[in-house]
Amino acid sequence: MVSPTAVYVLLLLAAPLAAVVAFSFWTQDFLTIDRTLTLNNYREAFTDPIYRTLMGRSLMISGVVTVVTVVLAFPIAYFVSFYVDPSRKALWIFLITIPFWTSYLLRVFLWKVILGFNGVFNSGLLSLGIIDEPITFILYNANAVVITLAHAFAPFTILPIYVALEKIDRSLLEASRDLGENRMTTFFRVTLPLAMPGVIAATLIVFIPTIGDYVTPRLVGGPDGLMIANMIQTQFLKLNNAPMGATLAVLAMCAVTAISLIFVFFNRKYLR
Amino acid sequence: MRGGWLRIYAITYLVFLYLPVILLPLFAFNDGTVMAFPLKGFTTQWFVQLAGIEALHGALLNSVFIASVTAALSVLLGICAARASTRFRFPFKAPIMGAIMVPLVLPEIIVAVSLLVVVVQVLDLPLSAWTVIAGHTLICTPFAIAILSSAFQGLDQSFEEAAIDLGETRWGAFKNIILPLVSPGIVASFLICFTISLDEFIIAFFLTGAEPTLPVYIWGQLRFPTKIPAVMALGTLMLVASLIILSVAEYYRRRGVARVGGKDSGGFL
Amino acid sequence: MSIISLQGIEKFYGDYHALKGIDCEIAEGEFFSLLGPSGCGKTTLLRVIAGFEDVSGGVVLLGGKNMAGVPANKRPTNMVFQSYAIFPHLSVAQNVGYGLRRAKLPKAELDALVDDALEMVGLSGFGGRAAHALSGGQRQRVALARALILKPKVLLLDEPLSALDKKMREQMQTELRRLQRQVGITFILVTHDQEEALIMSDRIAVMFEGEIAQVAPPQELYRRPVTRRVGEFIGVMNFLDARHIDDNSDTVRFDIEGIGEAQISHAQLPSGARAFAPVVGLRPEALSVIYDAPTTPAQRVVEGEVVDLSYYGDMTYYEVLIDGTTTPMTISMKNLAARPVLERGARARVTWDEGSLVVFAA
Repeated sequence: MVSPTAVYVLLLLAAPLAAVVAFSFWTQDFLTIDRTLTLNNYREAFTDPIYRTLMGRSLMISGVVTVVTVVLAFPIAYFVSFYVDPSRKALWIFLITIPFWTSYLLRVFLWKVILGFNGVFNSGLLSLGIIDEPITFILYNANAVVITLAHAFAPFTILPIYVALEKIDRSLLEASRDLGENRMTTFFRVTLPLAMPGVIAATLIVFIPTIGDYVTPRLVGGPDGLMIANMIQTQFLKLNNAPMGATLAVLAMCAVTAISLIFVFFNRKYLR
Repeated sequence: MRGGWLRIYAITYLVFLYLPVILLPLFAFNDGTVMAFPLKGFTTQWFVQLAGIEALHGALLNSVFIASVTAALSVLLGICAARASTRFRFPFKAPIMGAIMVPLVLPEIIVAVSLLVVVVQVLDLPLSAWTVIAGHTLICTPFAIAILSSAFQGLDQSFEEAAIDLGETRWGAFKNIILPLVSPGIVASFLICFTISLDEFIIAFFLTGAEPTLPVYIWGQLRFPTKIPAVMALGTLMLVASLIILSVAEYYRRRGVARVGGKDSGGFL
Repeated sequence: MSIISLQGIEKFYGDYHALKGIDCEIAEGEFFSLLGPSGCGKTTLLRVIAGFEDVSGGVVLLGGKNMAGVPANKRPTNMVFQSYAIFPHLSVAQNVGYGLRRAKLPKAELDALVDDALEMVGLSGFGGRAAHALSGGQRQRVALARALILKPKVLLLDEPLSALDKKMREQMQTELRRLQRQVGITFILVTHDQEEALIMSDRIAVMFEGEIAQVAPPQELYRRPVTRRVGEFIGVMNFLDARHIDDNSDTVRFDIEGIGEAQISHAQLPSGARAFAPVVGLRPEALSVIYDAPTTPAQRVVEGEVVDLSYYGDMTYYEVLIDGTTTPMTISMKNLAARPVLERGARARVTWDEGSLVVFAA
């Protein structure tokens, strides 16, 4: 039964991924591909400061986005799971997910409108007299990318944490209180450890895809907010250098996988 | 009031979530081309304008076609995988299911470039709606599996055995008992896949041929300030359409839950 | 003539040996129970008969026909599932008529059959109800009607009463028994509840770890368990260390812990046993606390201390430590006006019925 799906994935994912890896070891001169295996692309990727900066920045932004999103989302998930009346939980979850059925492109674009020089945010603060002149550090830089991505991935973090919190047997918390812990210590000794699988899932769900995000850095990032995906796109579609693009894609994947594995490993180790 | 500070935080957070969404209709009905406050007055001219853009209609039709085929394929593949994973044990089950779910977390740009490499450089095929469908099916199938798995999992295995015991063949039991019972999940996953495909940009951007999809068309428009208000109007219509589709999907999911006699435990995903 | 003949049934799940050579004959029209603790293989055996599990070895004969390779939907058996498996998207009537759909009967005839089946289980007029609106007991009845309408040779029931509350369970026990007599179909019931098996069955197979330990009618099973384990599983039994002294023509002499020497008649011994286990069993009702002097001079009495008691209203269960022994014995006494309930720590005089001593084969 599983075979059609497995075959589909194999053909459309595994084979293409293999092709990308193969490409990363080739070179391209204008339109002809040179199929001799070489590490030149990797050498270039590691030595050219452009690639290093972009890769470093991408990992940095993804990391910050992940932390911000998860930290902001946890209290919401906690609130919905523990303080909202059970009959209204579905409504809250629905409310949280609705904004994400707006076109992704338009959402990002609207953040540009909100954060811009005479955008919603600045004009609002100006008219309230909180600032005298528009603040500029929130558009066309990494901050804007972080804010926008933190917004874009909100439901993907809230939902797994919420599900993990919902699974916690409430009598465990009462047991902890009964055994002499207060609200705070119960949270840290019982609730949080039991919610950890959800937190880990949320972290990975945000961290891995954000590194490959193209639209957000392009629209709100400015020159200092560009990420590796923008360079991959440039290599493939503008510079006609598919092998270099493939190399960057492979490196990005490896970096993300490595960091995710380390993260999961440390969680396993320190949560036992 | 329960949850005092948390409740205030939650409401603030909701405002943050809704901030861009609220602006969409505001600017769609705003009588001015500059995206800034104060608003200039009410107009419906941008919606009227939409009706006259040929390229938009082409993109919309293209997107709807891609989304329909993608959803149908994803649901079919999803049914196979979800049923296999919930009902049977087979060798290498965990790695196979893991591989199928990978596109859920893989950066979309990776999916896009790898398919591009294969289609253009290896197979030397032209890019078309079908290449987009291939990519979209890849990322939609895990969502379909997630929804369908919970539908199949909620199903008592003895329903199928009871049907066979009463004289049905395996296929008859699947057709007459299992499919009707998971049909709400099928409808829900179809609608979700449809919506995801309709909204997907990166893969379409890389893999689309001469005919752009709706998001690719929008992307092209975002560079021209004068075109923006019409795009806002378009976005508003799309949001309304998504919400209708989503409500229908939610309705079917709940009906499914009620049908197998379970308790409702929150929304999708 | 036996309707079902199980011959050397083996079942492996990977390395796990679930059924270890089951041999069993089940007669036509019999109410037969498979009784055992969870994991003993009783449900697996039932599913083997139904055709849901393939056997790793052995033969299932159903009405004299080898069932090898016959799928579940072609076997003359029907099943009542533990969860009842009432199709939630169909009405009660559609559920009951489900198996007749292939028979392509005229609608009026089908309706009549469904009505009859519903009436038989006491659900007349429920046909139009939605399946998910039924109570547990009603689901059970629908499941019965749905299976019986097909007139199977054998009806298989997988723990059908375990999901019901105590009152409903007791009611359904009587009703199932009545129904079985009425339709005359062979019923095979899987249960872990020994009381349920005793109440309902014509014969009971007790299973442990994939093997049948004993097949017997309820009374024989209770009075003459063949092993200590069966005796322990069915009801309550006291076990006393015992030493076989010698045999003579009509009795065997044992030296039993706490109560001394006993003469046990040959009829009481396990048939065919060459040696005896160093332990004998005695049910709580075979022991009694005596309040007056012994009624007959032959009646022997030992003394002990009441170390614990459980008061049930109609009965009191005493734990009495007989002088010179280390394990208390359970003694059940009917509560009568002339028998004041003894207190913990009280001295008790105890007598027993020698004819009720249970000897096990070694």
